[in-house]
Amino acid sequence: MKRIYVNEKWCLGCHLCEYECAFANSGVTDMVKALKGKKIHPNIRVEDRGDVHFAVNCRHCTDAICVRSCIAGALSFDGEMVRIDQNKCVGCLTCVLVCPYGAILPDDEGHVAQKCMLCTNNFTQEPNCVRHCLNNAIVYEERD
Amino acid sequence: MQYVIIGNSTAAVAAAEKIRAIDTAGKITMISDEPYHTYGRPLISYYLLGKTDAERMKYRPADFYESNHIDTIFSTRVEKIDAEKKKVILSDGKKVGYDKLLVATGSRPFNPPMEGIESVPCKFNFMTFDDALALEKVLLPEKSVLIIGAGLIGLKCLEGIADKVREVAVVDMADRVLPSILDEYGASIVQRELEGHKATFYLSDSVQKFDGNTAHLKSGKEISFDILVVAVGVRPNVELVKDAGGKVGRGILTDDRQETSLKDVYAAGDCTESYDITAHTSRILALLPNAQFQGACAGVNMAGGEAHFTNAVPMNAIGFFGSHILTAGSYFGDTYVEKSGDTYKKLFYSDNKLNGFILVNMPDRAGIYTSLLRNATPLDEVDFEALKKDPALMAFSAQYRAEKLSRRV
Ligand SMILES: Cc1cc2nc3c(=O)[nH]c(=O)nc-3n(C[C@H](O)[C@H](O)[C@H](O)COP(=O)(O)OP(=O)(O)OC[C@H]3O[C@@H](n4cnc5c(N)ncnc54)[C@H](O)[C@@H]3O)c2cc1C
Ligand code: SF4
Ligand code: SF4
Repeated sequence: MKRIYVNEKWCLGCHLCEYECAFANSGVTDMVKALKGKKIHPNIRVEDRGDVHFAVNCRHCTDAICVRSCIAGALSFDGEMVRIDQNKCVGCLTCVLVCPYGAILPDDEGHVAQKCMLCTNNFTQEPNCVRHCLNNAIVYEERD
Repeated sequence: MQYVIIGNSTAAVAAAEKIRAIDTAGKITMISDEPYHTYGRPLISYYLLGKTDAERMKYRPADFYESNHIDTIFSTRVEKIDAEKKKVILSDGKKVGYDKLLVATGSRPFNPPMEGIESVPCKFNFMTFDDALALEKVLLPEKSVLIIGAGLIGLKCLEGIADKVREVAVVDMADRVLPSILDEYGASIVQRELEGHKATFYLSDSVQKFDGNTAHLKSGKEISFDILVVAVGVRPNVELVKDAGGKVGRGILTDDRQETSLKDVYAAGDCTESYDITAHTSRILALLPNAQFQGACAGVNMAGGEAHFTNAVPMNAIGFFGSHILTAGSYFGDTYVEKSGDTYKKLFYSDNKLNGFILVNMPDRAGIYTSLLRNATPLDEVDFEALKKDPALMAFSAQYRAEKLSRRV
């Protein structure tokens, strides 16, 4: 199964992936309208310290602890990836408490959790962060 | 192979899923005294709050039993385990034989003897969907409610009903709310917030006597109420195993494969004890993720696989009206504290290990701290000074990151 993988040494820390993620998931197809003047809540986050930069998003773990811990059955593995059903989610944040990568987060209003679904849930249909990463610091491919 | 599972909640479902993943042919029977499709037990307060409904509360999809070929016997109690003949005896007298049995009976409300309690006309516990449905029927804007117990269940009930009634009073013997997971400062934030929703707290106090719709407290105060909710604590349902001759302490005792001292009888969830690796002691961890971990472990072993559950850690996410309190582990050792307004962080550590944490209204990436607890990570392997301020993967080694971010996990 294809996953997003990180090539840490190639990441420049430009944070473009964060904007592309927020845009793809905004529900608006005009990037300026989607992002201008707004605080973004992307599912991918870039960490920076000195010369080290890397992006972190959901690893779509095998036997994911978020799925196992969800009190509502709102998280599930569908055979391809770990999905959230925000309609079932009650926003308890147990998933945030257990994800070892800090890759699932409260949405901008804090009412439900949000996470990466590899852009299958928006109009881009393929990870928009990867598509726009200039340096291949994140890639979308099959690995062991 | 005949698998019988007593219970139909988190631990039971987790076991059934694992069994079915390994053994596609065996017969699985789930027995519960509740009548419903499996539901998220913690969701009963969200139901009253209007944040979910009966359909969305389903813990697994509507076709769960069908698609996993699970037979169900609902609205029926198991009265007895005959461990010698390998049968369970049901309340309607029927017997069901098993090769492997899972006891996932959870817990029940503890109702301590209280003088005059029989004179209270309208009283509830808050453990089941039926409890929530019954309570819902009597909630009216002019009613006042008294909740005994300022623990997790009492306060979630409070959140569920506060905006539907005139006022809510809460009495607890402890000197603060959520005493099992919060210290004084954290508790004060939560209490202030709940007081903003018409709640009044009577702490370090208890009911001496009920007289119809009046509670007389030890302190001499009196509270008049229309509806009483008793949420002082829970007791694990250990009797089936105990009466069959299995070992029990406070909860059912199992090995790390979740098997009890009775052969082919497994137990998981709130009815059992776990070995808490942060407190270095065996105790009941009545928490949903823990029930899932134990249930899944039991299921694998029942189906002939090999699984061990060896890193139980208490962990709790609870919130009220938009606040978020995330806690885990045990509270001892040195501390690191950040507080400002309604946000509060406290980390506890000693002997090169993180022991526990309290995070009030700062949930971001809390799971990175939890992973330190569950993995018992030596703190000298990470940049703990950086982690204290900011839970981030930057504080881990480049090799750790390479393993986690550039390979399948
Ligand atoms: C109001 C409330 C809020 C909660 N909130 C949270 C939360 O936010 N986070 C969290 O982690 N945990 C929370 N919990 C705790 C969580 O619900 C439990 O840890 C979890 O449900 C345990 O699952 P279990 O499978 O062990 O047992 P249970 O969910 O207790 O289920 C056991 C089932 O077995 C049935 N049963 C028992 N004996 C028999 C018998 N003899 N015959 C037939 N059936 C029987 C019971 O009726 C019950 O249906 C909350 C609990 C409550 C009540
Ligand atoms: S949210 Fe976290 S725990 Fe869940 S699948 Fe993604 S990385 Fe794994
Ligand atoms: S916040 Fe939502 S997805 Fe996360 S554990 Fe709670 S109910 Fe499940």
